Amino acid sequence: MKNDTNKKQKTESILAAAEKKLTVLEMYERQPHKWLLYLGIVLVVAVMIGWSASDIRFSGMTATGTEVAKGVLHGVFHPDTNLLFGTGDSDVPYLLLQTIAIAVLGTLFGAILAIPFAFLASTTIMPKPVAYIFRIFILLIRTIPSLVWALMWIRVTGPGAFCGVVTQSVCSIGMISKMYITAIEDLDTKILESLDAMGCTPFQKIRYGVLPQLTASFISTTIYRFDINLKDATTLGIVGAGGIGASLMQCLNSRRWAMVGAFIWGLMVLVLIIELASTKIRRKLARG
Amino acid sequence: MSEEYKAPKAKVKLFDRIFKPQVITIANGHTTVRPRSRMPLIIIVMVLVIAWALKMTNFSFATVFSRINELFVILGKIFHPKWSFFGKVISPLIDTIKMSILGTVIGCALALPFAVLASSNIIHNRVVVSVIRFILALIRTVPTLIIALVCALIFSLGTFAGTLAIAIFTFGVVAKMLYESIETIDMGPFEAMEALGANKFQSFWSACIPQILPVYLSHSLYCFEMNVRASAILGYVGAGGLGITINERIGWRDYNGLGMVLLALFVVVVAIEFFSEYLRKKLS
Repeated sequence: MKNDTNKKQKTESILAAAEKKLTVLEMYERQPHKWLLYLGIVLVVAVMIGWSASDIRFSGMTATGTEVAKGVLHGVFHPDTNLLFGTGDSDVPYLLLQTIAIAVLGTLFGAILAIPFAFLASTTIMPKPVAYIFRIFILLIRTIPSLVWALMWIRVTGPGAFCGVVTQSVCSIGMISKMYITAIEDLDTKILESLDAMGCTPFQKIRYGVLPQLTASFISTTIYRFDINLKDATTLGIVGAGGIGASLMQCLNSRRWAMVGAFIWGLMVLVLIIELASTKIRRKLARG
Repeated sequence: MSEEYKAPKAKVKLFDRIFKPQVITIANGHTTVRPRSRMPLIIIVMVLVIAWALKMTNFSFATVFSRINELFVILGKIFHPKWSFFGKVISPLIDTIKMSILGTVIGCALALPFAVLASSNIIHNRVVVSVIRFILALIRTVPTLIIALVCALIFSLGTFAGTLAIAIFTFGVVAKMLYESIETIDMGPFEAMEALGANKFQSFWSACIPQILPVYLSHSLYCFEMNVRASAILGYVGAGGLGITINERIGWRDYNGLGMVLLALFVVVVAIEFFSEYLRKKLS
């Protein structure tokens, strides 16, 4: 009883305070004081900068530094047009197509492989211990850098675009299944219950209750990953996994600037186009 | 397509002109149209693209299945890390973390002004906005490893080149995420401040910055997470950090040592991810 009156008094006092017209100054003083938090953030960042800057020393440019910088700039503005528009096996268009092929297959296999992982790792479907074990597994896949995966797969497949595809299939599992899991856990189970009440078979429940909810976000995730994989495929070439990266590295190391320029132009145009297309498709998917 | 064909008032897609929509007569006599499903076309295109890609990359399932044990031999060794190697991992690991911290801070600090310049609700000059967005897009297209290699060629091998590469990458990514978020903020307070007689900077400072700041910090933390992962391989092109050790271990085929390096990286990445996720949850 006493508690009740207390509560009543409290609500009354709050209501009274809310009714009372506050002046601007009073409002200003009632603002939460966040400067302590900001000061804390600034201090932490400052300490971190100090700590990390202690070991990173600027040792000046190398003897050939300016030459390299000038060379790259010169190459970008005077690209080797024969290479840029040629049709041979070592020309830019072919290498770009190969990079796209790697990304397409890598994303596709990754997206398919990620589906079982995602269902096994979502807490709404599997018991918690099993789900967490699979989550750790997914995290492990994600932490190993793609270059390391490529170097391991190269022992299986030998160098070439084939290695790039297998590497990307495995690497993509990590991120794709992480995003699939969120989609699965957001599933509206009420729809399944109503389908149940209508007497649907399990197959019908999946076809009309689960798939329509998941496909849009799954496709959106896959396209997003394709975007990332394409950028990744350009660097995989560095370890010999096909694509445009290998040739770009060689040209950089042997200082053939005009060729470097041609590769960089090809790369930029390709990535820009794919990024634009993927953003557009994903926006359409999100709107339904 | 004949010239006489006049498109109806609504814009008709090319697809619907070729495959005429199905006309359905409803029971009450009205007719309605139902466009043909695009699914068959999409499936045909996908199958063709996949077939082309399989041919282009010489992909063969047979090779994967027959030689997959090679991978498991390596993975088996990686999962038996050589603990004695831990001492040699610490110093490059700390280098990697330092590189990513400094790179992230520099990149994020540079990103803020450019993100503001690239958001169309604050800068009304369309030319400035699109030029800056285009530059940001260009920066994002160049892979980090290539930036790192160029930096390493210019500024000698070592952590400085790596830091610079991370800073450039962070700049591109954070600026893009930030201008997208700035465009969704509530401009009401800004207009109110202007109506009260504050100048543009004052109103931006007290009306927009409090809205932007949490988002900015959260994007920066997210980018830091990515950078720790990314900077681990920058050493591969000589830009300092863990990558040098990874490269060396693989070169020597010392997969047990590699396992130790990866384990250390895993622990650090997981710790940072948890910490940053916790902070980002608090920020939102």
